Amino acid sequence: MTPQAQLDWVAEVRRVARQIRLRVLDHVIRHNGGYLSQACSSAELFATLYLKVMQLGPSQAPLIPLPFPGVPGPDNPHFFTGADYNGPKAPDLDRFIFSPAHYALVLYSTLIEVGRMAPEGLAQFNQDGSSVEMIGAEHSPGVETTTGSLAQAISQAGGIALARRLHGDTGRVWVLMSDGEFQEGQVWEAFEALSYYHLDNLGVYVDANGQQCDGKMEDVMGVEPLAARLESFGARVFEVDGHDPVALAAPAALPPDGRPLVVIARTNPICEMDILEERAPKLHYVRFKSEAERETYRQLYAQLSQR
Amino acid sequence: MEIVMRPHVRNFIEWAKDKPEVVVLSADLTNSCEIGEWRDTYPDRFFSMGLAEQNMLGFAAGLAREGFFPFLHTFAVFLYRRPYDQLAMSIAYPNLPVRLMGFLPGILTPGGVTHQAIDDVAILRATPNMTVLDCGDATDVESVLDVAQAVNGPVYVRMLRGEVPRLFDRADRMRLNRARVLSRGTDVAILSSSVCTEEAMRATAVLRARGVGIQHLHVSTLKPFSDPAVMEAIQAARYGVITMENHSIVGGLGSAVAELMAEAGAGKKLVRIGLRDVYAHGASRHYLMKEYGLDAISLVGAVEGLVGQRFGLTEDDLAAVRLQAVHSEAKAEAL
Repeated sequence: MTPQAQLDWVAEVRRVARQIRLRVLDHVIRHNGGYLSQACSSAELFATLYLKVMQLGPSQAPLIPLPFPGVPGPDNPHFFTGADYNGPKAPDLDRFIFSPAHYALVLYSTLIEVGRMAPEGLAQFNQDGSSVEMIGAEHSPGVETTTGSLAQAISQAGGIALARRLHGDTGRVWVLMSDGEFQEGQVWEAFEALSYYHLDNLGVYVDANGQQCDGKMEDVMGVEPLAARLESFGARVFEVDGHDPVALAAPAALPPDGRPLVVIARTNPICEMDILEERAPKLHYVRFKSEAERETYRQLYAQLSQR
Repeated sequence: MEIVMRPHVRNFIEWAKDKPEVVVLSADLTNSCEIGEWRDTYPDRFFSMGLAEQNMLGFAAGLAREGFFPFLHTFAVFLYRRPYDQLAMSIAYPNLPVRLMGFLPGILTPGGVTHQAIDDVAILRATPNMTVLDCGDATDVESVLDVAQAVNGPVYVRMLRGEVPRLFDRADRMRLNRARVLSRGTDVAILSSSVCTEEAMRATAVLRARGVGIQHLHVSTLKPFSDPAVMEAIQAARYGVITMENHSIVGGLGSAVAELMAEAGAGKKLVRIGLRDVYAHGASRHYLMKEYGLDAISLVGAVEGLVGQRFGLTEDDLAAVRLQAVHSEAKAEAL
C-alpha cells in the first residue's frame, strides 16, 4: 500500500468514527436516552472493521429497513436476515457476527455512515413494529445471529467457521464482542473449542471499554488479565489502542497461524465526550436527569460537529 | 418379544451413508450414546465438543446455518436443562435444523436426579419452533431419523439405547404426529409414551381379556400434538382417559391431553400416570418404575378406578403376558 493510500483509509476511518459518535449523540439527545458510551468506545472499531478489515460485498438489503417480518419459523416465508446489510454470502467473502446486541445503535449508525443503510432508517429505532430494534435480533440491520443474551455469538461463529472450513471457503468470520461478555462461562468453552479445532479463520475484536451495566467491570467482576487468559486458552492475542485504526487493522493482515485471532481493543468509554465523566461509574445507558443536562449535550454536539 | 441390541448403532451408520451433510457432535458421552462406531466410520463428520454443552449447542447452530445437519448426541438432560438459553436463542428461535438426540430420558438412567430428564417434554413443548419426539421401541429408534430429518426446524428426540424391545412391526415405521393404535375399544382410552407403552401393553392384554374395551395409543410425537386419532379415542372413551409417561405429569403427555380435552369440552375424567411433581433418585429402571407407579400394575389400578370394578390381578398375571410385535391398526386404516 502506498503511503498516500494508507493515509486515505485511515482518514476515512477517522471521519466515519466521528460521524458515528455524532449520529449516536444526536439520537440520544432527541430521544432522551441511549447507549452513548458504547459509541464513544467502539466507533473506530466499527469503522475499521467495515472499511478496512472485513471483505464484504455490497448490501443486499433495502436502504430503509423493512418492518419486523415476524419471527423465523417453518411457516414464515417473509422472514429476512439482517445479515443482508453485510453483503451476500460467498465462499471468498467474510462474515460479520455481532455479539453485544446492546451496541445496536452503534451498528446501525455505522451502516449509515458506510452507505449500507439510509439515515431515515434510524428514525425507526425502537419504534413499535420496526426491525430496527433497540437490542437487535437477527432481523435487525447488520445482525446475523440473535445474541441479546450475551456471549452466545462466539460459539455460533465457531460453528460457522468450522462449516466454512469444511466447505473450503477462503472467507473469514469476524466477531465483535464486548469485554463484559468474558464473564460468561460459555466464552471460555468456545475458546477451548476454537483452539482445539485450530479455527484460525475466525477473528474476534473485543471492545475492552471496562464498562458494564452496573458500572466499572473491575467493581462488578474482573476479567483481567484478559490477554493472558485468552493466550492460555490457545488464542493469538493482540492488545491495541482501540482508537487507532492502523493498530486495529494490523493483526487482521497477518497470515493465519492455526490459532483463533483476538484483538483486544483498549478503549475509552467517554472518548471525545469527557462530559460523560460526570455520570461515571454508570455509563451503560444515558438518560438525562434534567432539561439543563440535555442542553449541555446539545452544546457538545454543536462543538463536535464543527470539527 | 424380540429384544434388539443397540438398534441405533448400525441403523444410524447405514442411514448417514449417503448424507454427507449429516454431522455428529458429542459431549464426552460418545459410547454411552452408541455413537462410537459412527465416529470410527465417519471420522471427518464427527466432532468431539467435550464437557461443554452450551458451546456445543452454539457450534451446532453455526453449522446448521451453513447447511449441515448436526445430530447432537448426549444424555437428554444435558441437551436442554443446562444449556436451555442456548437451545432457545441459538437454535430454536432461528428455527435451525439441529437434531438433539437425548439418551436416557426420564428415569431410564441409574445416574440419579442429575441425569434424569423428567421435565424435558414440558420445557421443550413450551419452546416455539421445537418438534418433540419420544421413542418407545426398536422400530421407533430405527425410523425416528427419517421423521426428524423431514422437519424444517429443530427436533428433540428422546432416544432409547442398549437392549430395546421391538413392540411394533419393523415395517410399521414412526410417522410425525401420528399415534400408533395398539388396541381398540370404547371403555377407556389409554395414551402412553416412551417405555411406558411396553408396560401398558402388558396391562391392556390382561384387561381386555377381562372384558374391558381399551383404545390404546402409543404417542411418539409430543409436539405437534394434533393427531385426530387422539381426539377420536378421547371422545369414544365411555369411562375416561389415562395417560402414562416416563416424565413428570406436569407439562408432558398428560398435560397435552388435558389441554386437548379441555379445549374440546370433552368433559370426562383424565388420570395422569407419571412422576407426580417429584424428583427421582438413582436406582434401577424397574425399581423406579415400580416406586413411582409407572408400571403395568399401576395402570391396572387406574383402569379399575375409572370403570369402578376390581379384577383381582397380580404382578404375576402381568409378568406372564407374552408381548409380540404389533402392526399399528392406525396405519392399516389410514392407508
